[in-house]
Order: sequence, then structure tokens, then C-alpha cells
Amino acid sequence: MSILVYTENWDGKFKKLSYELVSYGKGIADMMGTSLIVISIGDVDQGELKKLGDYGSDKIIEVKNGKLNHLINSAYSSIISQVAEKEGATVVILSNNFTGKALAPRVSVKLKAGLVSGVNAMPSSTDPFIVQKKTFTGKAFANVKINSVNKILTLAQNSYGIKETENKARIESFEPQLSDNDFRTEVKDVKKVTGKVLLTDAEIVVSGGRGMKGPENWGPIEELAGLLGAATACSRPVSDKGWRPHEEHTGQTGKIIAPNLYIAAGISGAIQHLAGVSSSKCIVAINKDHEAPIFEAADYGVIGDVQKVLPDLIEAVKEFKSEN
Amino acid sequence: MKILICISNVPDTTTKIRFVNDNKAFDTNGVQWIINPWDELALTRALELKEGSGGKIEKVSVISVGSHGAEPTLRKALAIGADDAIRINAEPKDAYFVASQIAAAIKDEGYDMIIAGIESSDYNGSAVGGMIAELLSIPNVSSVSKIDVEGDNVVLKREIDGGSEVLATQLPFVAIIQKGVALEPRIPSMRGIMMARQKPLKVVEPVETESLTEFVDFSLPPAKAACKMVDPENMKELVNLLHTEAKVL
Repeated sequence: MSILVYTENWDGKFKKLSYELVSYGKGIADMMGTSLIVISIGDVDQGELKKLGDYGSDKIIEVKNGKLNHLINSAYSSIISQVAEKEGATVVILSNNFTGKALAPRVSVKLKAGLVSGVNAMPSSTDPFIVQKKTFTGKAFANVKINSVNKILTLAQNSYGIKETENKARIESFEPQLSDNDFRTEVKDVKKVTGKVLLTDAEIVVSGGRGMKGPENWGPIEELAGLLGAATACSRPVSDKGWRPHEEHTGQTGKIIAPNLYIAAGISGAIQHLAGVSSSKCIVAINKDHEAPIFEAADYGVIGDVQKVLPDLIEAVKEFKSEN
Repeated sequence: MKILICISNVPDTTTKIRFVNDNKAFDTNGVQWIINPWDELALTRALELKEGSGGKIEKVSVISVGSHGAEPTLRKALAIGADDAIRINAEPKDAYFVASQIAAAIKDEGYDMIIAGIESSDYNGSAVGGMIAELLSIPNVSSVSKIDVEGDNVVLKREIDGGSEVLATQLPFVAIIQKGVALEPRIPSMRGIMMARQKPLKVVEPVETESLTEFVDFSLPPAKAACKMVDPENMKELVNLLHTEAKVL
């Protein structure tokens, strides 16, 4: 028996979410009294791989193959399943991000492993195996029981945190069995956004809504985000109107995020918007309407015109930064 | 070419979420049921593709696993413009159960493109589309924000963390779509609603299959403490609170 965590890499590097996944896997391995194996697919150097050991991985399995430079769902899920079988892993853990959502269902069928997506806590028991997830897009939680022997979980980002341990990891490589059938999709072109903090990685997010009145008024949002090392986001009407790209849309049908600080400027806080941001550790709302529902979800509220409040906030942050 | 859209019947996104039976079941009392928002976008895009295909795309079908109560949602999909509908007559137990039912019902039907939403807005499983692909041993492309048909080829845009990719895929395949594939969901016209009554809605009985997971109980997030109001003239105070009290700066 063992626990298997899959983490992707971004141009050969791991991220906080990788370490969070490993930490979470370590927690389950300890609960079940077993070892933790982490699998990495693609080109990652030994030093970077070794870092996964800092969070409790006993063994790190690397799979390198020139055909695996892009995510190919069939091939990747096949590799993860092969490693799970070889290592006798009964619990497989992935992120609940795009990649995890792409792979977990296929791995679930291959291993006949009951899948719980978007778990946000340690299992409350491992026999029977019961774990909590978010449902109704963050409006509720559910405890889900997995009845199959094999189990697969995808972890909601920023829901567990990072826990360092003594590094005892060893690195092994694995040669998967792949066929042409695993490569029936082909990546033709890749576009990467550079020089911006990614919304899903960001510790701080500055978000604008309809109250910003138009795309020409986004300067202060971007300036504040720049000062705080934050990502920028927006509400659905803003992306629907084309004021901002749809990648920035946070909410029920957009991105679900859980930063440490979410600053909502000119966002009224429709229930669908709150569903996407309510897991934020701290929410600041700036809105001129004191009855806006965003104030019910917020920790700190400012009733005022965003056009006036934001520049003042920028000045106050500048002052704070110069003093700290 | 034939396209199939997997439809999930979900509570309206403005529904106040409550539970009954000792928090063991979702309270469906007074709930308005809708087509899962992503599935609605998928259907809209499939119809756009069909209309622009010069007859190459011959059919857009919809399928759902659900009891009789799910039929109005399928009728709405027909009213929006789907050509026919299939309802698998079973309560959806979990993603594996639903995917197994859909895979069994369509394996010999010759669909070239099967589209599912990236998740359903109720149980947020994000699983059915990928599971169908695996059960049918066909490729899937996930987090798709654009689908185009160019001649016999399907070209897709996939969102990745921090960017996007353009992909080609062999057919048949499953596209798992998210926001972006269509701008606005199509709304049924009066004529569409009239025509929907005449369109075929086939009911098939479920196959024997298991579910791998079950819901034990539900809870609502703890109530939030009251919002602390800060004077709009004193942003220094806000920064100070974020630093010393919330400890997020």
C-alpha cells in the first residue's frame, strides 16, 4: 500500500501548489501508516525534484520522454495509473486545477477508483474513507464516502497549506508503456502569459466590477495589483462586456479562487460571484452602495466611490511599503 | 458529423442552498432546474458549428441521466435547437455511474464529438466527460475555450495555467468545455419551444452499473463575522488593519 501524488511542473519548476499537494499526501500517508510517492512527468532537473522531499515524499518517480512535453490526457493518465499499480498505491492525489481535472477522471476509470474532486480537508476517517469537498460551487460542503478499494482525490488549491518535513526522498525513474493510441491529440501551438501574476497562484487578488464604469478606468486596479504583487480579476459582467479578458472572470462559472486577500472594487457581490471568491481568507469590499451584498461576505468594507477610494488606498499602500 | 452534448440538470445558480433529512439530502423544494451553465454554452457552440457547416454536421443530440423530472430541462435543450434527446431513466448516483450509463447508451451511436461541461454547478465533480472518454477509449481535451471545425478537422483552444494551447485531435473525442466556447447561451425562441414538443426524446433504461462514491451529509459554511467598516477618508487605517489584524499584508 502507498499514497501517490501527481504534480505537474511549469517549465521544469514546481510551485506552491505542488508542495501543498505533497504536504496533503504526507498527511494522508501518516493517517494510513504508509509511504508517500510523488510522480513527476516531463523535464525537471534533479535539484528541483529533490525539493519534493522537503514536504514528506519518500520516493520521487520521474518519467521523461520527449513526447510528453505537453499535457496529453490519455498518455499522462496512463502513466499515472501504471505507476499507481506498480507501487500498489490505493490513494492517488492530484490538484483540482485544469490539469488535475483533465487527468483524474481517466485515472479513476483505469483504476476503478472512486473520485472526489475539490477536497478541502484531511479525510475525517480512512476506514471507511470519508473526505470533505465543496459543493454548490462553494455554497456548501459535503462529506463523501469512497466505497472502492482504490481512491482518487483532487485537492482544492490553497485549502491545506504547506508543511515541511525532513527530506528522506530518493529519486527513481520509470519507463511507461505507451502506444500510439495514447497520442491521438496533438498540441500545435502554445501561448504563455508572461510577466503577470497568475490568478490561480496569487496570494493577493485585486478585482474590479461594473462599478469601475469602463475598461479605461482599470489603471488604479492594475497599479494596486502591481504594488501588492497581486493578480487582477473581474466580475462576470465585466468579462461579458469585454472590458477584461474572460481569464480574469472569477465566480461560479469563471475561476474559483482562494487567495489570502481579495480586494473587490465596485463589485456588488452577486451570489454567483461570491461562490467563486468566498474561500478567500480575507475580503475587502469597496462599493458606494452600502446595501451591496458584497458587504455580507467581506471582512472589511469601505463605502465610497472606487474612483476616489482606490487612489487613496494606493497612496496608503505605498506609504506602508516604504515603512516596512 | 454528429455531436452529442451531455446535459446535467442543476438548480438555478441563484438557488439558496438548503438541506433536509438531517443534512443528508439537498432540499429540492421550490428549486428551479436549469441546464448546467457550461452545458448550455456547449449546446450553443454545437448549434453554431452545425449552422456554419453547410450540412456537414448532420445532428446535435443531447443526453442526460435523470428521472422523469429532468425532462423539462431536455425539452429546453430541444427548444434551444438540439435535434433529439436521450434520457437515461435513472437517478444520477455519482460521476462514475453517470459516465458509465452515457458510455453504454452511446457506444454504437457513432457520435464524432461528445461535449461535456467542465463541471456541474451542483456537485462540482468535473469528472463525467473525462470518464466517458476513458470508458470509450477515445481521446479527450479538457478546459476547452474554443472549438472550430475546419474541413474534417477539429481545432481546439485549451486553457492552461498561465496561457493557452491550440490542439488538433482525432475523432471521435470528448471535449470538456469551459467559459469562452460561446459568448452567451442561446435562448429558446417561441418557434423553438413549439417545435421542441415534436422532437424525439428517447427514454432508455439504465444498464447495471455501480457507483463508487456516495454523499454522507452536507453542511453550510460557518456564518461570517460582521464586516468591519472603514472610513473611506482613512485608507491608512485599512492598510493598518490588513497588516496588524488580518495579517495579510
